[in-house]
Amino acid sequence: MSFVTVENIFQSYGPRPILERVNTTIDEGEFISIVGASGCGKSTFLRLLLAQERPTRGEIRIDGKPPAVEPGLDRGVVFQRYSVFPHLTVRENVVAGESFRRGFGRFFGADLRAARSRADDVLARIGLDHVADQYPATLSGGMQQRLAIGQALAAKPRVLLLDEPFGALDPGTRLQMHDFLTELRAENSMTVFMVTHDLEEGFKLGDRVLVFDKPRWDPTDPNLFGATITYDFDARDGGIPFQNIMEEPHVLKSA
Amino acid sequence: MRLINRRPGVVLATLLTLLPFVAVLIAYAIGSDIRLTANPADKLLPAPATVLETAGRLLTEPDRRSGDVLFWLDTWASLKRLLIGVGISAFIATLFGLLIGLLPVFRSTLAGFVAVVSMIPPLALLPILFIVFGLGELSKVVLIVIGILPFLIRDLSGRVLEIPREMIVKAETLGASTLVIALRVALPQLLPRLIQAIRLSLGPAWLFLIAAEAIAADQGLGYRIFLVRRYLAMDVILTYVIWITALAFVMDWMLKTASRKAFPWSEGTL
Repeated sequence: MSFVTVENIFQSYGPRPILERVNTTIDEGEFISIVGASGCGKSTFLRLLLAQERPTRGEIRIDGKPPAVEPGLDRGVVFQRYSVFPHLTVRENVVAGESFRRGFGRFFGADLRAARSRADDVLARIGLDHVADQYPATLSGGMQQRLAIGQALAAKPRVLLLDEPFGALDPGTRLQMHDFLTELRAENSMTVFMVTHDLEEGFKLGDRVLVFDKPRWDPTDPNLFGATITYDFDARDGGIPFQNIMEEPHVLKSA
Repeated sequence: MRLINRRPGVVLATLLTLLPFVAVLIAYAIGSDIRLTANPADKLLPAPATVLETAGRLLTEPDRRSGDVLFWLDTWASLKRLLIGVGISAFIATLFGLLIGLLPVFRSTLAGFVAVVSMIPPLALLPILFIVFGLGELSKVVLIVIGILPFLIRDLSGRVLEIPREMIVKAETLGASTLVIALRVALPQLLPRLIQAIRLSLGPAWLFLIAAEAIAADQGLGYRIFLVRRYLAMDVILTYVIWITALAFVMDWMLKTASRKAFPWSEGTL
């Protein structure tokens, strides 16, 4: 049973189509990398998954539930920037992952102490326990993104959406973040969508790599047609198919 | 070396800071001296020593009739009006800034209205205020509020809109309701900007206060200045002007310091 179903999605801004005829199904626990050229609708697709926007046509269902109308607890997100709250300390940022859903967005008394100690465990896990009382502005880019991921995970989302999460990091830090993400995935096998510009990163981390591109191209009016998923690679085992007996390859199936 | 790259050292920088103050003082002293040698009874530019002497008298000697030191009564009356006016404005502006900045329904309803209302010259409304609210404290406070509130609302709602959409969406994915987003994401980020906006609106607030006091009051710094103007008492006026300047400067400095202390995370953004 597929976990996320994307059914015949069209999205246009005004007269300009961005996405057309996007169909795919994703199993629970899969890591999906989304790659493609600039302006081909990768981030739009992620916003649709996030329910920050609603598609012009078609629907996205998670676990068979009706399509969401606004972002909610079941989808966690990490953007390239602005993913942590600058006015909260590192620890408070992680606590916010649990407390924002409550009436006034706060824990009190024993709850607060319990949440703080859970947050400290998370911080130790993501290697930020030594800066727990600092404000995010004092952290490096890699530390801020680690915090953003830790915060998103503290809310225990069913789907984690990453919008070029490592785009602003230097290559060394980026490799560390890959290891970090791989370890986290090993611990809690959640479904992840990651938009990236870096093909290597996409294939290294993803189980599947979705490529967005425009299947039709009008040379006199490049904006006439929208993009869709043109390739759906199986990226497991280094992208080499048939490494296991009884493997089901992800080949683009006709919708 | 280019001029843009030349930085004064600590000593020079301090001297340069003091320079314009000293220059103005010296210019005043010279001008006053020239006029006083020509006419010892001249009232327009009293000698600095006379101003100091008057200041000492104003600050300490009680009024012969009431037994109070009018200077402090005036200060207290004016400060009270100013603080109440600015406080009310800040509160309303924060509320409306959040509502307009966060809720599209409110933005559609009010943003245009506030933009138009903020174009009304507040002083033109002063007669109406005196008629409606009487000549008491209320009309002065209301003038300050009317004078600075539209600016504060426009500024603060703009600041709320500047909060990156990503941050709001992130809060939504953590399950935050509109109330929680307002209280825990938008409001804390708005407060340092509120202080910034109040600092900017303190100048207009003083302007409206003194204008209101000049026209109808029985005490207050602006009232006193316009009262003694009739007697050409430049020494008194100068004392009051210097005192108002000092008060405004100290308020500004206190707000700046408070903002730094209370919002250490905003250091980089302000």
